[in-house]
Amino acid sequence: MIVLKDVHKSYGRQQILRGCSASVSLGEVVVVCGPSGSGKSTLIKCVNGLVPFEQGTITVDGVSVSDKTTDLPALRAKIGMVFQNFELYPHMTALENVSLAQIHVLKRSRTEANARSEALLARVGLGTKLASRPSQLSGGQQQRVSIARALAMDPKAMLFDEPTSALDPEMINEVLEVMQALAQDGMTMMVVTHEMGFAQRVADRVLFMDGGEILEDTPKAQFFKEPATERARQFLTKVLTH
Amino acid sequence: MSNFDWGIIAKSWGFLAEGMALSALLVLVATVGGLILGFGLALMRLSQNRLIAVPAAAYVTVMRTLPLVLVLFWFYFLVPLAIGRPIGSLASALIAFVMFEAAFYCEIIRAGINNVRPGQTEAGLASGLRRFQVMRHIVMPQALRAMTPLVLNQIVIVFQDTSLVYVVALHDFLTNASIIAARDGRPTEMYTLVAVVYLIICLSSTKALDYWRKGRAA
Repeated sequence: MIVLKDVHKSYGRQQILRGCSASVSLGEVVVVCGPSGSGKSTLIKCVNGLVPFEQGTITVDGVSVSDKTTDLPALRAKIGMVFQNFELYPHMTALENVSLAQIHVLKRSRTEANARSEALLARVGLGTKLASRPSQLSGGQQQRVSIARALAMDPKAMLFDEPTSALDPEMINEVLEVMQALAQDGMTMMVVTHEMGFAQRVADRVLFMDGGEILEDTPKAQFFKEPATERARQFLTKVLTH
Repeated sequence: MSNFDWGIIAKSWGFLAEGMALSALLVLVATVGGLILGFGLALMRLSQNRLIAVPAAAYVTVMRTLPLVLVLFWFYFLVPLAIGRPIGSLASALIAFVMFEAAFYCEIIRAGINNVRPGQTEAGLASGLRRFQVMRHIVMPQALRAMTPLVLNQIVIVFQDTSLVYVVALHDFLTNASIIAARDGRPTEMYTLVAVVYLIICLSSTKALDYWRKGRAA
């Protein structure tokens, strides 16, 4: 579904990604973890072309992201993305947030789009918040709206960029539960997160990144029991012992 | 104060109103034209392509460093040279105002757009919207809210600046008042009237602006 081959990315002289290769198969949940500054967010933003990269290839559903002839907006419409800071549109209601791209990208009628949005908002537990503005919602609620917004496009895969990092602790679970339900429904997911509990419960595989490289690409059970590299072991000790 | 002859104002009302109409026309054209051209310049300045961004930046910098009087003269003499026939004071003043104000509106619009978090654009693009759709549905509505008080403020400044068109022999409100003041030997009355009118218009716009801002903060 998603295949990355030898992806390199630098900002000026600073190299962020040094030859990352990985893949996510249909229906698979892959968690990307690692210390901050390791390039996780950059990597996931390369997948839908939000961050251009200099070298290497990424294909999603067989379509190259970096190919100049690729219709990038059309490709992005098939990949849902959830951001650390939610990025809901503050001038629109929850319903309008979820409907916008359905209307302007998928060309659904407003009635059709709103019906779909209502169903999705109900599914993430926000059926009573359709008319609320983002500023009237808690962080956890905002992030659930943003998941609904991504799902409204009927995506073939979902990217999550630290979806719970900006949340107060008591709101993390309501978001993780929605993500877990999504995984159980068979959604293909690539998730950058520090939530190791979520990784243990939901992930099929774990990618461990440090210094712009993917140091480990291992099935979940093996990663948590016996990571192959010393750096991953140190990382796990730090995040699991508190 | 007992020497004030208020009758003079009543007598010259029509002539003063003509001047005010010209000031209003200048404000209207400068604002509408300046905003449209300024929006184009702002988009150019925000372009990743330096060949597009640099000329716009140069234009804005030059216009913002020149005094308006100079720009008025410049277009008055330059435009006829460029197109080979005289175009008259009014047309040249309107062009000068639009070109001049566009530079200021460009900066206001650019600041408004930059005020919107880049993550908003990313979210829009990630959902499959095209750049112009992101601009139209996500960035501009938010930028407009940040811009509106600055635009209203600029309109007040433009209104005050219209008094400069006397340099190209146009008769705005202030110029007409001076003519009457000189003709009838009544400078005190006329200049007091002008001051009061400017005060009322500018003060009420500023008050309206404050009121609007408070409404938004609540």
